[in-house]
Amino acid sequence: MERKIRVLIAKPGLDGHDRGAKVVARALRDAGFEVIYTGLHQTPEQIVSTAVQEDVDAIGLSCLSGAHMTLFPRVVELLRERGADDIIVSGGGIVPEEDVPKLKTAGIAAVFGPGTPLKDIVEFHKKALRKR
Amino acid sequence: MSEKEARERRRWETETYKRACAQSQERKKRFMTTSSVDVGALYTPDEKFDYLSKLGFPGEFPYTRGVHPTMYRGRLWTMRQFSGFGTAEETNRRYKYLLEHGETGLSVAFDYPTLYGHDSDDPRAVGEFGKCGVAISSLRDMGILFGGISMKGVSTSMTINGPAAIVWGFYLAAAEKQGAKLSQLRGTIQNDILKEYIAQKSYIFPPHPSMRLIVDTFEFGSRSVPQWNTISISGYHIREAGSTAVQELAFTVGDGLAYVDAAMERGLRIDDFAPRLSFFFNAHNDLFEEIAKYRAARRIWAKEMKSRGAKSPRSLLLRFHTQTAGCSLTAQQPENNIVRTTIQALAAVLGGTQSLHTNSMDEALALPSEKAVKIALRTQQIIAHESGAANTIDPLGGSYYVEWMTDYMEEQAYKYFDRVAALGGVIPAIEKGFFQQEIANAAYQYQKEIESGERQVIGVNAHCEKDKPDIPLLKMDPRGEARQFARLKKIRRERDKAKWTKALADLEKAAEGEKNVMPLILDAVKADATLGEVCDVFRKVYGEYREPSLY
Amino acid sequence: MEIVERLLKGDAGAAARLISMAEDEDPRAVKALSALHAHTGKAQIIGVTGPPGAGKSTVIDQAVKVYRKKGCKVGILAIDPTSPFTGGAILGDRIRMQQHSTDPGVFIRSMGTRGWTGGLSKGTASAIKILDALGMDPIIVETVGAGQSEVEIVRSAHSVLIVEVPGLGDDIQAFKAGILEIGDVFVVNKADREGADKAVAELRAMLETCQEPRAWAPPVLKASARDGAGIGEVVDALDSHFAFIKQSGAKDLKDRASAEREFMEVLRDRLAKYITEKVVRKGEFDALVERILRRQLDPYSAAEKLLEPIEKGK
Repeated sequence: MERKIRVLIAKPGLDGHDRGAKVVARALRDAGFEVIYTGLHQTPEQIVSTAVQEDVDAIGLSCLSGAHMTLFPRVVELLRERGADDIIVSGGGIVPEEDVPKLKTAGIAAVFGPGTPLKDIVEFHKKALRKR
Repeated sequence: MSEKEARERRRWETETYKRACAQSQERKKRFMTTSSVDVGALYTPDEKFDYLSKLGFPGEFPYTRGVHPTMYRGRLWTMRQFSGFGTAEETNRRYKYLLEHGETGLSVAFDYPTLYGHDSDDPRAVGEFGKCGVAISSLRDMGILFGGISMKGVSTSMTINGPAAIVWGFYLAAAEKQGAKLSQLRGTIQNDILKEYIAQKSYIFPPHPSMRLIVDTFEFGSRSVPQWNTISISGYHIREAGSTAVQELAFTVGDGLAYVDAAMERGLRIDDFAPRLSFFFNAHNDLFEEIAKYRAARRIWAKEMKSRGAKSPRSLLLRFHTQTAGCSLTAQQPENNIVRTTIQALAAVLGGTQSLHTNSMDEALALPSEKAVKIALRTQQIIAHESGAANTIDPLGGSYYVEWMTDYMEEQAYKYFDRVAALGGVIPAIEKGFFQQEIANAAYQYQKEIESGERQVIGVNAHCEKDKPDIPLLKMDPRGEARQFARLKKIRRERDKAKWTKALADLEKAAEGEKNVMPLILDAVKADATLGEVCDVFRKVYGEYREPSLY
Repeated sequence: MEIVERLLKGDAGAAARLISMAEDEDPRAVKALSALHAHTGKAQIIGVTGPPGAGKSTVIDQAVKVYRKKGCKVGILAIDPTSPFTGGAILGDRIRMQQHSTDPGVFIRSMGTRGWTGGLSKGTASAIKILDALGMDPIIVETVGAGQSEVEIVRSAHSVLIVEVPGLGDDIQAFKAGILEIGDVFVVNKADREGADKAVAELRAMLETCQEPRAWAPPVLKASARDGAGIGEVVDALDSHFAFIKQSGAKDLKDRASAEREFMEVLRDRLAKYITEKVVRKGEFDALVERILRRQLDPYSAAEKLLEPIEKGK
């Protein structure tokens, strides 16, 4: 049986803008993925613990409040602590260009800014299968 | 439309138009608005159109053409740029900059911890300090924010909802410290919790106690701060969350009616509070659709308020602020956003807005830089003084297309009112996730139209360029957060403990009972209770809201 | 089997991985599951069903609080429908339960139905086993809540909790008709809403009139899961039911039936695999299907023909 790719879509921090997260979740669903959605206002700890229990292949973080530089790297750090850093983490939201390389250094595999075509996000996740 | 005109129109359609289409096809199979409404090739006079009942005259029922008899010939709209970041000190400097450049009102953006009623040093605030607004945790912060700005001279709008009553308390107390009387103060608190549940999601307490706090502010305002707009019923965020124009209109006006009904249930007289209700709409790219939306909103509101027994003409007026659509801005080729914002601002002006915020070109990337904000403000000034749009009232009134669109929007809004009523009203519909689902569906549909190329967004899926944008971004003071933490510590150390304890205990009692909480909030903030502490009192009594799990 | 050892030591990550492997029908999962078998059979398995919008997830969220206070470790399997067209799914039930996500004594797993009808996902039985071996007790299975198909839940669960809600209209009547017989505990959620008492009375009346008398009379309770009111009683009722079936011998019968069914399923799978891989020559199966399609052969004779050599061999 074909392996199903599972992706966690999460909203870290206090930001309540969930338009993008929901649109991406639907696009991934329509591309045949299993998408776990956390809802709003998640701490990095909740996100990582959820990712482990759900055994996801990837995490997509959405944050439009500007808190990404604190919250995104924290998720990667906690994954490392749990030995789950083979989960691919990407992020989206209002991320200034100059933050992108810093996020990549911190272990965020991709940053999807406003206007990113959904098919790019889908293609990115098709390659996100974790090794078992 | 006379019979002859109708005949002629049919002839034109079947002969001239059809022939032309047969010779060379139209550009697209389907023409649609930003909200995916089908648009016909040509609009002509509607035979049932009754000028007096549909439009009337400016400043008269049903106010379709405008709420004031002279509109912009008398006074231009208020140019009010939404602004705030970092500490109170930094934002205070930005306000002075904007006032110096001709802005006529202030509009405060708060950061997320403030919007959720947390102090800046709360663990839940990690990473969010001053990020998308200014951090205000205490009366002292508010004093700094307006340092050197005359609070009785300026009108201030504050985008605050969950903890609106408390932040308003900070403002009122700070103004009193400056020597102003409450009756002199002019401004608006957003205070619209329903759209938080529906779209923006910065809620704290469950719906029923939230409505109680809102009605408390209505009551207190009409008695003590009579020039203050105690609510700004907002469609802006509903639209940003991905709704259509019709949904924005229907859900917003529907929310407004829900507030009116709640206040009347409490026994408030409609003409006492209704004149202080104000609205806040989005301005998206589709010029005509947006103009029709504002016109329909005014007409629906006037009719509905009349049917609820409003006697004072001021109760019938839908006065509104407009902000151009943040969600329409692109991170690609950001300079193009100046053009988008211009079209959107023009829509707001042609639609008769009372005040306007124009977005800065860099907002899809970060908080706006000083230069970008200035261009945005200048855009309004050019529309006001160069475009001619402010010379006459409702210049598009009578446009066959705009009148058709206005009627269409009104009709669709009433359909939504019926659906919401069938679900038991606005709050039950929120709890069932109705609005949230409708908006999420519309947002996905819009995105799919972009993906398929049916909808073109310049720079995103058409006329794309490889170059990365090169615009200067705002730098925040990196030591601001530490300064704020120190200030909070100092306040907690130095305040009069006995006074503080009593104020919070009295407030808790009031929250449990039925007495208006506003005076007790004022006592608490004057006793240097912080935002988080006051909100914790309400959290304890009312609990916290969790949204239905829909996606 | 390193993964089994880790799981038995309480490693949530190992359990999570094994559930994925079982769902994806990874051959390695079979080995692990057989190694785990001896460590299972301890937990109370609770099925939770009810119409969409009744607040199943919220009820579970609050019940977890009660169980945690009693010192129980709780496993939750939340099942959502998979789209039959794309194979994708958005699994969002756990939104309601995220306050427990960092509690090491709670394990929440979202599962898609993946084309499985009957309200329970294909990997559910394996996932239940895995959580059982991880030491979770109870294990709560939240179904899709799509109506009649919920009857399937009875097959896996010791106790079935039905969540109802006042004022859902006609849908609920149809729903009720299908679930009366499978419910062991009923709860009318959102009890602060108008019509809650009426809903309770209706349910009680229906239970009395539509049913054969049962040794266990299902209680009909009221709760408001939003603030947790009444959930303690729901958990008490589930405890009583479990004690009752243990004492009456009904649990043994259920467990026996489950074991039998599981064994039969494994056997059927293995046999089908054996036949299609070992007995049938390459291309022969397709050829037989073709002949059946053309009405040159009937499926019974075709099966007979295939099995002949095996039956002879015994």
